[in-house]
Amino acid sequence: MTVASPSDFEPQGLQPQSWLKYFSFSLDHKVIGLQYLVTSFIFYFIGGALAGVIRTELTSPISDFVSRETYNEVLTLHGTIMIFLWIVPVVNGAFGNYLIPFYVGARDMAFPRLNAVAFWLIPPAGILLIASYFVAGGAAQSGWTAYPPLSLSTPAIGQVIWILSVLLLGGSSIFGGINFIATILKLRRPGLNLMQLPMYCWAMLGTSILVVLSTPVLAGTLILLSFDIIAHTGFFNPALGGNVVVYQHLFWFYSHPAVYIMVLPAFGLVSEILPIHARKPLFGYTTMVYSIMAIVVLGLVVWAHHMFTSGTPPWMRLFFTIATSFIAVPTGIKFFNWLATLWQGKLAMNSAMLFSCGFIVNFVFGGITGVALAQVPFDIHVHDTYFVVGHFHYIVYGGTVFVIFASVYHWYPKFTGRMLNEDLGRLHFLLTFIGFNLCFAPQHWLGLNGMPRRVAEYDPSFTTLNQVSSVGALLMAISTLPFLLNVIWSLYAGQPAGDNPWNALTPEWLTSSPPPVENWKGEAPLVTHPYDYGIPEGKIDLRVASGSDLWYGGKR
Amino acid sequence: MLFSLVRFRRRPGDLADGVAIEGNLPLEIVWTAIPAVVVLFVGIYSYDIYERMGGMVSLNDHSAMHHSAEVMQASTSGSSMNNGSPDGESEPRVWAGIGSSADGTDTLPVEVTAMQFAFIFHYPDGDFTTGELHVPINRPVELRMKANDVIHAFWVPQFRLKQDVIPGQPTLLSFTATRTGSYPIICAELCGPYHGGMRSTVVVHEQEAFNQWFETNAPPKPAPATVASAALTPTA
Repeated sequence: MTVASPSDFEPQGLQPQSWLKYFSFSLDHKVIGLQYLVTSFIFYFIGGALAGVIRTELTSPISDFVSRETYNEVLTLHGTIMIFLWIVPVVNGAFGNYLIPFYVGARDMAFPRLNAVAFWLIPPAGILLIASYFVAGGAAQSGWTAYPPLSLSTPAIGQVIWILSVLLLGGSSIFGGINFIATILKLRRPGLNLMQLPMYCWAMLGTSILVVLSTPVLAGTLILLSFDIIAHTGFFNPALGGNVVVYQHLFWFYSHPAVYIMVLPAFGLVSEILPIHARKPLFGYTTMVYSIMAIVVLGLVVWAHHMFTSGTPPWMRLFFTIATSFIAVPTGIKFFNWLATLWQGKLAMNSAMLFSCGFIVNFVFGGITGVALAQVPFDIHVHDTYFVVGHFHYIVYGGTVFVIFASVYHWYPKFTGRMLNEDLGRLHFLLTFIGFNLCFAPQHWLGLNGMPRRVAEYDPSFTTLNQVSSVGALLMAISTLPFLLNVIWSLYAGQPAGDNPWNALTPEWLTSSPPPVENWKGEAPLVTHPYDYGIPEGKIDLRVASGSDLWYGGKR
Repeated sequence: MLFSLVRFRRRPGDLADGVAIEGNLPLEIVWTAIPAVVVLFVGIYSYDIYERMGGMVSLNDHSAMHHSAEVMQASTSGSSMNNGSPDGESEPRVWAGIGSSADGTDTLPVEVTAMQFAFIFHYPDGDFTTGELHVPINRPVELRMKANDVIHAFWVPQFRLKQDVIPGQPTLLSFTATRTGSYPIICAELCGPYHGGMRSTVVVHEQEAFNQWFETNAPPKPAPATVASAALTPTA
């Protein structure tokens, strides 16, 4: 409990001062947000190391680097860690907790204790999951999808620990979702309308609705699966009259929305970053809001496109093809709105902007392959191949992880009061962007030409491209070094940022950096136009106008 | 986008804001409508292909390639319409569907059993079992698939054809090969440690060569009633 102990009321910033206090039990939403961020980052490195094992194995067409069992454990852990311990906690937990109370003009989340509980479910779940590698039989080997009957026949202890860990993380996610919905709907500062909220609030509202509606389904499914393993019930065991396809339906009813749980907050974050660094209002606020809500609704009814080659009747394939394709429409609206936000702006080419633009490029490519995958005849061929692997890494890495980096560059001055080094940041962007595309673009070709996913050995004719892909992965690994160096070095020696280095209008910048315990000294500011940048057309900005500008009316 | 980045980058020393464009409703409508129409068209087109491949007749599938140049190059089945090349230029023209195909009498039935980590093919007509799939050219083949242990997926990349093999739920896959040759059969659903090594081959013969192969492999038929011979035939 560090929140309001008298020792915390230090002159500078009323924040816990030592890192130890940052990692003890706290109810302050900012501390919890940073706890999420740092913890997940540690898991990101573990997940990245596992990815390194996978890419090393795949540099040669035979299974030689690790045993086949280990390879399957590694790919299962990589998927689970990256999804449940890195992306979901960061874009929801970290930035959500840090930013949402600012954006709604509140002093903390609606349920601070629930918030702390939600965070503290994550470290034990992560440690449990990683520790399962060392138990007898090893970690789960059935992929992050854990399809029965494979998950019933692989070593049971690892699989049960995996289920337990995912249940804890799902619980954390649900608690967080409830908290965000309550905060956004009920803790808004008097006078602040829903349609005046920054876009990230809308994204988090949509995300939290998805979390609350779909995560319990996953939890129930995994509990049934654990009964099948422990108590030998027959829910999903065909030998006992169970149905394996039902598991797939239930699993994807959560796990497709999970994609939007990972990517919608990224949409929101990028919508915050672009206007500030382009010095322009966010284009089409209202349509952005409606498209988020359209994605939420459509996102709930597209899950079976993961099962086109499974036991699905023709009408179902048809319906889910159409529903899935139509998600491209609201997503397209958002894409065009971002482009229009950049159009005619005064773009600052800093790391936050570069990563945001990298996000747009990668995400569009991933979106196009996504529409292609939605078409049954095409999906029949490439389902469960490296094409799919390439596609979803373009969405979750090229999309969300790029936004996470952009957000760190953007909000680091607020977190710490110091700027990050821009040169290191641009180097980080360059390495990440090149490495990422080198790693995942060839995988589309591999998948189209017959390389299935989740294999430790493959046709020797695919060797060259797999090696190219591994080199890309190595570049991505190297790219985290300038970032790490930057973050740690800038914490102590970075240029002081001041309260509002980006000259931004959203409420988190209207307080000190780092902000005090209850966010603002005195009353919370009422920001009704969070994107009110720019000069109306035909007017001149007096701060920078020269005499001739005034003379010619700025129309030279 | 790149154009925007270069054209509108902030000049050093320029602290001004950009133009305050808040939105533009007609523009929004335009870029909502265009993707909607495109998506609708793609959807109808893919339905058309899917139906012509026999997908709506029965439970199965096939591939069609649109918007993917690589796929067209890799050349397939069913793409005769969109790449304009004669059928012969593409690789086997494939059909798929659950239930028997329309010309039922001529169909070659094959029973496929998937297990960790192999595919076993049983020919009910000749009552023998092999580890490789041999089919004649230009004759519909119907694969009746079942899995013994976990979910597998029967995939022939060159046929652009895939179907999961699900324990407890037999599935069917029908196709007609149109080019001779050997093509890999790959398991595409994670099925255990040796998943990556779970492969087989489909060999497409001319009719005579297939008959010859069939004769050499089929056990001599002493009495038509003895089913036991199937069990005795060594599996490859």
